[in-house]
Amino acid sequence: MFDRLQAMLMKEFLELRRDRWAMFRLVVPLLIQTLAFGYAATFTVRHVATALLDLDNSQASRGLISRFVATGRFNIVDVATRASEITRDLDSGRATAAIVIHAGFARDLANGQTAPLQVNVDGTNSNTALIALGYISQIVSLYESEHLPTIRPVSTMDAVPAVELSLAERPWFNPGIEDTWFFIPGIIGTITLIQVVSLTAFAIVREREVGTLEQIMVSPIRPVEFILGKTVPFFLIGLGDVALVTAFGVLWFHVPFVGNPLIMLLGASLFLLAALGLGLLLSTLSRTQQQAFALNFFLVNPLFILSGFAFPIAAMPAWLRWLTVINPLRYFLVVIRAVFLKGVGITVLWPDLSAMALLALALLGLSVLRFRKSLD
Amino acid sequence: MSAPQPAVLAEGLTKIFGKFIAVDHLDLTIATGEVVGFIGPNGAGKSTTIRMLCALLTPSAGRAFVAGFDVVGAAEEVREHIGYMSQKFSLYEDLTVWENLRFFAGIYRVPRALFPERGRFAVTMAGLEGREDALVRTLAGGWKQRLALGCAILHRPPVLFLDEPTSGVEPEARRRFWELIHRLAAERVTILVSTHYMEEAEYCNRIALIDRGRLVALGSPGELRRRNLGGTLVALECTPLGAARALLREAPGVAEAAIFGDRMHVLLEGGGLDAAGLGDWLAARGVTAGKAQVIAPSLEDVFVRLVAGRRAEAKA
Ligand SMILES: Nc1ncnc2c1ncn2[C@@H]1O[C@H](COP(=O)(O)OP(=O)(O)OP(=O)(O)O)[C@@H](O)[C@H]1O
Ligand SMILES: [Mg+2]
Repeated sequence: MFDRLQAMLMKEFLELRRDRWAMFRLVVPLLIQTLAFGYAATFTVRHVATALLDLDNSQASRGLISRFVATGRFNIVDVATRASEITRDLDSGRATAAIVIHAGFARDLANGQTAPLQVNVDGTNSNTALIALGYISQIVSLYESEHLPTIRPVSTMDAVPAVELSLAERPWFNPGIEDTWFFIPGIIGTITLIQVVSLTAFAIVREREVGTLEQIMVSPIRPVEFILGKTVPFFLIGLGDVALVTAFGVLWFHVPFVGNPLIMLLGASLFLLAALGLGLLLSTLSRTQQQAFALNFFLVNPLFILSGFAFPIAAMPAWLRWLTVINPLRYFLVVIRAVFLKGVGITVLWPDLSAMALLALALLGLSVLRFRKSLD
Repeated sequence: MSAPQPAVLAEGLTKIFGKFIAVDHLDLTIATGEVVGFIGPNGAGKSTTIRMLCALLTPSAGRAFVAGFDVVGAAEEVREHIGYMSQKFSLYEDLTVWENLRFFAGIYRVPRALFPERGRFAVTMAGLEGREDALVRTLAGGWKQRLALGCAILHRPPVLFLDEPTSGVEPEARRRFWELIHRLAAERVTILVSTHYMEEAEYCNRIALIDRGRLVALGSPGELRRRNLGGTLVALECTPLGAARALLREAPGVAEAAIFGDRMHVLLEGGGLDAAGLGDWLAARGVTAGKAQVIAPSLEDVFVRLVAGRRAEAKA
């Protein structure tokens, strides 16, 4: 076993070393995707173009406005003097949100009555609008809590399709964390999955196409030896991926890493084994690189969508939720986010870790069984 | 093990892909140390047969034993005892000559102590001395082919299956390759080698001719030349060749007419035209013809005859 495995491993590493573009292909897409996700795919909205109409013009109203400005998330693009100007700003797209403080705001606030505050948002960009509404409601409720009793924001459907304030309480909206912090850990899982599954599948299918696989199958090598020889290098590459993106997230995006690196290593290892199993299975199902490519595409997208990376699993219909149960990425995202951001340990994460271990076992077992040394 | 066992024994070996019969009840016995040439047109079933004998494909029917081991029941033992060069004679292009040898030695578990000597032997055999560290992708076809053979015999298998090892290689390299085959055979290695080149058939102890899955003829080159024609073969120059062939195929007493280069080979079965009358007969029909000469049939004549005969039977 040792001789053959050693021969396989030596061959794989030599081939990898000879491949001048390998490092480029392995590292560059990883960094680009991390950067793209880190900057672009974020729920944090900054600089919402905001129009303002302060009909009260009191110390209290100006205090509230300064709160908005201080967050850095609102750009006051227009200080209006009439309601019609606000409508015009929203219609023309100059402003995404409009805040109207009605006359009597300070008086009502002092009297402990409901203070009139109106928020209009441009619902056509519903994502930004929702998020902006979320910020506004936070700021207002904070202000409110400081100046008890209550001010109550009133949302109106004005001129443009507006969104109810209550919608801002969507489950995915997590005001506690910077969204980059939420995304970077997710990227580690997603990118590693894509890379490891496709690397494994393509490596084997290429040998089949070139004909070297036939030359190996005719030898007395055992399937386990062949599969180990093929997977160990990609396992190490996968760990490298995880380490690289983690370092990048921590050093570049300043994502806090509060948990135990060993738990992360354990989670990543189990996850990588499952990903390798998927890649192997895929390679046994494809004769040509084109087929592998098509299958890979077919497989990785649903894995991504059904992982909870961007779309909350809790919000999925029941049958889709069931599908996520066999998705290793789903568990790894839980583990990695928890380790990164919350620092929780095995006591909390063991169900996810065991689920990944089971999936890895099943997938690898299945691929060893399916890899028969036959061309039939 | 009482009587000397054949190195390869196939009985009724059959492979069916879906509805297509690629190999049809093939019987073949190869004695130890024999070199058997496997000849047949494209798609005849040569590779499929070899793959079944290498335990790479499961036979649909029939049995086969290689080095005494059942290719179905004892596939792993078969694999330990054979060397195989697939039709693509695949090596790892990004590895050097020596690294390829070390890899195949590793997966065949050649003892560490024996490898340096066997590796050297393979390098010498391939004529690659001093180029051990060259990447395989930089080698020309002939060297790759000999290196692939070197890789296939590192574990000193008693039986070798070579699937078109000489395709796409220049004649000089082909000749050197056949020398290697005969050197191995001299050491009692049994070799089944498929080829498209008729002249290579002459280098074999015996030839197995296969056509559309059926074994059509089996014997030494001399036997096949003598046995299978059943008539007198004559050659003559004539123009135009195409018209001459069409005419001759309908002529009385002509069993077969085939074009060989710029000449016509005609097989006369007696009772109709004879060698002397052939020229006049053609001239009367507007074909200029030279003098017909009786010739000894080449293997190619035999194969053309056998395959054409089978085609005619299939149509009838
Ligand atoms: N895996 C397969 N599935 C279906 N048909 C196959 C398969 N392998 C081979 N065949 C068919 O079986 C027939 C015999 O193929 P085979 O490769 O054995 O021929 P061959 O004699 O080696 O031909 P060549 O000289 O072209 O290499 C061909 O018609 C081929 O298309
Ligand atoms: Mg073939």
